[in-house]
Amino acid sequence: MINRYETVFILTPVLSDDQVKETVKKYEATLKGLGAKITLNDNWGLRKLAYPIQKKTTGFYHLFEYELEGAEIAKLELDMKRDEKIMRFLSVRMDKHSIAFAESRINRGKKAAPKADAKA
Amino acid sequence: MAQQGDIRYLTPINIEITKEKFCRFRKSRIKYIDYKDGDFLMKFVNDQGKLLPRRITGTSLKYQRKVASAVKRARHLAILPYKGDLLK
Repeated sequence: MINRYETVFILTPVLSDDQVKETVKKYEATLKGLGAKITLNDNWGLRKLAYPIQKKTTGFYHLFEYELEGAEIAKLELDMKRDEKIMRFLSVRMDKHSIAFAESRINRGKKAAPKADAKA
Repeated sequence: MAQQGDIRYLTPINIEITKEKFCRFRKSRIKYIDYKDGDFLMKFVNDQGKLLPRRITGTSLKYQRKVASAVKRARHLAILPYKGDLLK
């Protein structure tokens, strides 16, 4: 069944900007390879973590929103799990309320909410 | 001076007036609680980072469950801490 999902992942802060872009592109390609239709691709930039993960206190956050066959998520997550550059990830299925919320957020001038404490 | 049998207080006694509690999500018609918004979720945890009970926040059960899952998701993504000290 095709559903709308969103995935947030945190990349290690040791990467350079180019490496971050490269990794994001790689996952974009993987998603497209699985047959996903990406609806939102949002980079939150370097943010401070609430607690250290792998002894790092900051991380690059990135958000994907896409429509995909549910069974394919496992493949994406396996890829992320094997990747050392990714410290954390979370995939969530979006219900109708969250879709409405996400769309209203895009319409009212993109990423107003999570950018508030973006500076690390 | 007061007459006998007439009780007087130096300071007026506090009669507790309980403010009418309301569910903020019902009131402002918020349907979805975003786990990515850490500042907003901070309203629902105490200074140790624990979830506040409904009795204090006044949230209705339906939305309390959503708050709880949003806070837990935010904790996984290091947007909120699992434990804290003097967060506020």
